[in-house]
Amino acid sequence: MNDTFQLDGASVPFAPGQTVMQAALAAGHYIPHLCYHPEFKPHGSCKLCTVKIGNHTAASCTMPAEAGLEIESDIEELNALRRTLVQMLFAEGNHFCPSCEKSGNCVLQALGYDLEVHTAGFRHMYPDRPLDASHPEILLDFNRCVLCELCVRASGEVDGKSVFALAGRGITKHLIVNSASGLLKDTNIALTDKAMEVCPVGVILKKRVGFSKPIGERRYDQRPISAQALDDAPRTPTGAKHE
Amino acid sequence: MNDITHRPKKLKIATTSLAGCFGCHMSFLDIDERILPLLDLIEFDRSPITDIKHCGPCDIGLIEGGICNAENVHVLREFRRNCKILISIGACAVTGGLPAQRNHLDLGSCLTEVYLTEPGLAHGHIPNDPELPLPLDKVHPLHEVVKIDYFIPGCPPSGDAIWKFLTDLIAGKTPELGHGLIKYD
Repeated sequence: MNDTFQLDGASVPFAPGQTVMQAALAAGHYIPHLCYHPEFKPHGSCKLCTVKIGNHTAASCTMPAEAGLEIESDIEELNALRRTLVQMLFAEGNHFCPSCEKSGNCVLQALGYDLEVHTAGFRHMYPDRPLDASHPEILLDFNRCVLCELCVRASGEVDGKSVFALAGRGITKHLIVNSASGLLKDTNIALTDKAMEVCPVGVILKKRVGFSKPIGERRYDQRPISAQALDDAPRTPTGAKHE
Repeated sequence: MNDITHRPKKLKIATTSLAGCFGCHMSFLDIDERILPLLDLIEFDRSPITDIKHCGPCDIGLIEGGICNAENVHVLREFRRNCKILISIGACAVTGGLPAQRNHLDLGSCLTEVYLTEPGLAHGHIPNDPELPLPLDKVHPLHEVVKIDYFIPGCPPSGDAIWKFLTDLIAGKTPELGHGLIKYD
């Protein structure tokens, strides 16, 4: 018999070692997330997956599942905070969706849609970070980076290349390229690298394929991210497949 | 019996485009024949549809486009003074949009490049007619200048999204867009 915890009143089974996020997704319960990716060690930095356990809060992607926990996630108190986090990310970067190749396939945008974010609310910062178009096949637009470190993790843990890193602290924190020149052309990144497919926003782009899918056929045009994320989540023996 | 006195008073709506392309107004017209039942509920004050030049007291103001020059600020404040509910409509009004993509550039060098140094612009000059409103150094979304009550994102928002938003609002409900109607591109 499996151990279970309660998530928004539903019973969620889990296997030893699973996090709250892993068990929830496997059992067909969506918790909003941005820096979490099922294939990587959790980062716990975006805080969108924050849930409430009694009087305290925790990032569900890093929190180990425990029997008997009573967890709240889909409540207005948390969704309002999630909305604010998404708004701050929109205001901090340059997320001008109409000109972005990632539009329709962007996790940040899809989260905004799902949380009914109608405006960034805050004063836009309009960052001015130079693009890196040095690589013949890959373009980097640093103005859209949300510092999730998924490319850092993919390039280091899967590709074994460590092409990307974050540098700086606080508001000056930024994505850098690991080469003597600081340019992507002087790294050994390849189009087949895992780092090429994990960027949730429009920073790492393959050149000359933008806007190939028409509006209406893109990843989040058909289904909201809350439905799509459940399809993408790996099933575990303990997680009953959701309908 | 004449029931005209029992009809609810029509809501007055004003619309304008500031630093926008009128795409949101075109999208508004994409509500197609639904504009007829809408006109049972509302009447237009200042709008490109009526060609009224100044906004009187209104229930709802719809503004597309951001703020890129001094006249935009003047018109926006006129709308805020007169409209009980002011709505930012479209990417430019909500975020600054395409015009705001000049915000990391120096305005002087933009004007120089566009009017003086671009190839093929022999004897060009930077427009200086006193009737032209002065450009601002940065382009701003509306909510950075006046209080905005609601936002309809999209470039442009679809006719269906505008219809849903307005009919919710007119019915006295908090407007919601939902999947398929809310979009930023």
